[in-house]
Amino acid sequence: MNPFLQLTLTPMLIGVLAACACALPGNFLLLRRQSLIGDAISHVALPGIVAAYLLTGTLSATAMFLGATGAALLAVALIELVRRLGRVEPGAAMGVVFTTLFALGVLMLEQSASRNLHLDVEHALYGNLESLIWLEGTSWSALLDPAALAGMPPQIFRLALVLAGLALFTVTFWRELMIGTFDPSFAQSIGARPRLFNIALVGLVAIAAVASFDAVGSIIVIAMFICPPAAARLMTDRLSRQIWWSMGFASASAILGYVLAGYGPMWFGSPHSVSAAGMIATVSGVILAGTALFGPRRRQNLAA
Amino acid sequence: MTATAELVVDAGRRIAQDHPESPLAIAGLTVRYGDKPVLFGVDYATPPGAMLAIIGPNGAGKSTLIKAALGIVPKVTGEVTLFGRPQAQERHRIAYVPQRAGVDWDFPATVLDVVLMGLYREMGLWRFTGARHRKTALDCLERVGMRNFADRQIGQLSGGQQQRVFLARALAQDAELYVMDEPFAGVDAATERAIITVLKELNARGKTIICVHHDLATVAEYFTHVLIVNMHKIAEGPVAEAFTEANLQAAYGGRLSGAQVTRLAGASS
Repeated sequence: MNPFLQLTLTPMLIGVLAACACALPGNFLLLRRQSLIGDAISHVALPGIVAAYLLTGTLSATAMFLGATGAALLAVALIELVRRLGRVEPGAAMGVVFTTLFALGVLMLEQSASRNLHLDVEHALYGNLESLIWLEGTSWSALLDPAALAGMPPQIFRLALVLAGLALFTVTFWRELMIGTFDPSFAQSIGARPRLFNIALVGLVAIAAVASFDAVGSIIVIAMFICPPAAARLMTDRLSRQIWWSMGFASASAILGYVLAGYGPMWFGSPHSVSAAGMIATVSGVILAGTALFGPRRRQNLAA
Repeated sequence: MTATAELVVDAGRRIAQDHPESPLAIAGLTVRYGDKPVLFGVDYATPPGAMLAIIGPNGAGKSTLIKAALGIVPKVTGEVTLFGRPQAQERHRIAYVPQRAGVDWDFPATVLDVVLMGLYREMGLWRFTGARHRKTALDCLERVGMRNFADRQIGQLSGGQQQRVFLARALAQDAELYVMDEPFAGVDAATERAIITVLKELNARGKTIICVHHDLATVAEYFTHVLIVNMHKIAEGPVAEAFTEANLQAAYGGRLSGAQVTRLAGASS
């Protein structure tokens, strides 16, 4: 028996991977003043995933991703429609469409729950981090045993793959992403294809959101798109360092949040642990508050 | 509507082909933002080696003209050639400097990072900034008097210093045509002198310069040619011929007093 390996390692690792996968593209969203897009896409993913589930009857990753992507496309079309027909500003159109679709998702979830299926509102909001355990991890040698490793929750491999893909994309197209974010007109004039990379970025945000959503729920996804990059921006004036800081903050939120959720209430004499997802998101918010108060680069940001 | 558009395009083809040596030739250029027309049927061929000011009242479509010509905003119709060839093929011979106010200067980058963006074409996929690139960028900063600021965060600079950094980035591109959108807007007098000195130096070496320009008082002193627009082309030509009272009155209408126009146009002759 090894309680750390069996019960703590995998949920913590999944938390770290999901947090980093969301925070990485979140850095560019933040600098483009498009952080709301991460929020929006994670909201829209819900009805898409439920619809895909109701249609196919499975929770397979492919069905969920297609469902979420379809919902995102539908949302973009609806926003354009509301903006034109309702003659409202884009931000308001976005807000209306995303909250409505999310609400629709909740209604659909309730319907599916009444039919005794494996999705419910709590799952969508909090994920199921605590249940992603690794029973085969009975001893440290299991980490080298392929048979035991195969028993790890599949979310680990999926998220590791997504994070690796995002990292590869960011390194490969670093210059395009940086120039296109800072100065899109100039980027267009030198052929750095800012529009294409803008679309690619939104696509990556959708992939990160959907891959993380199932494991950790929408609370963490929304928090991680915004909090670690925003806190990191207050620590440095170089983009590359900002991204490293954001990865550090995202990992720290996941690890600290998971530990605090499990043991924190005990320190205060309560026998019940609290939601890991809620605690991880809270820790990321506390880190942001800390950097906003004490971060070395905060003054000039406030002045801007 | 369709017939008109075709006529414009036909005329455009001829004009573009007639000026294979022109660094930037446009014909029948028409641009719309949503339902609002911004530019209509503008024909112009920049003479090689010109120092051109594009002038016109606010909202006349000056910035839109260069953005559409460089493919930064879409055009409705019209033909654009750079050095007699399609825009996409000759992009590397152009350095474009957008309006300083159009970017977020709080972006986490140093002065050197911004100038290195000008070397984008030399740095391919996976290849990282080398000592050679760094030296080129520092040399360009030296030419605009900003070498000592290389490691500063760009948000800590004054407006004039930011404009010089943009000019240094354009110098790093080592282009043959420099297209600048209001390079003198909101800069201090020392920066204005530094920028015009660098531009005249480039022009003396045979480079073509196009500036969207606001200050009518300096047109005659800084530029050799003008293009006056207000949705349509009002006039074009060497400053002495086209920068006239009648043309300014036509472009600016009641926005300039008669005395102002006479004084400005008089300064050029």
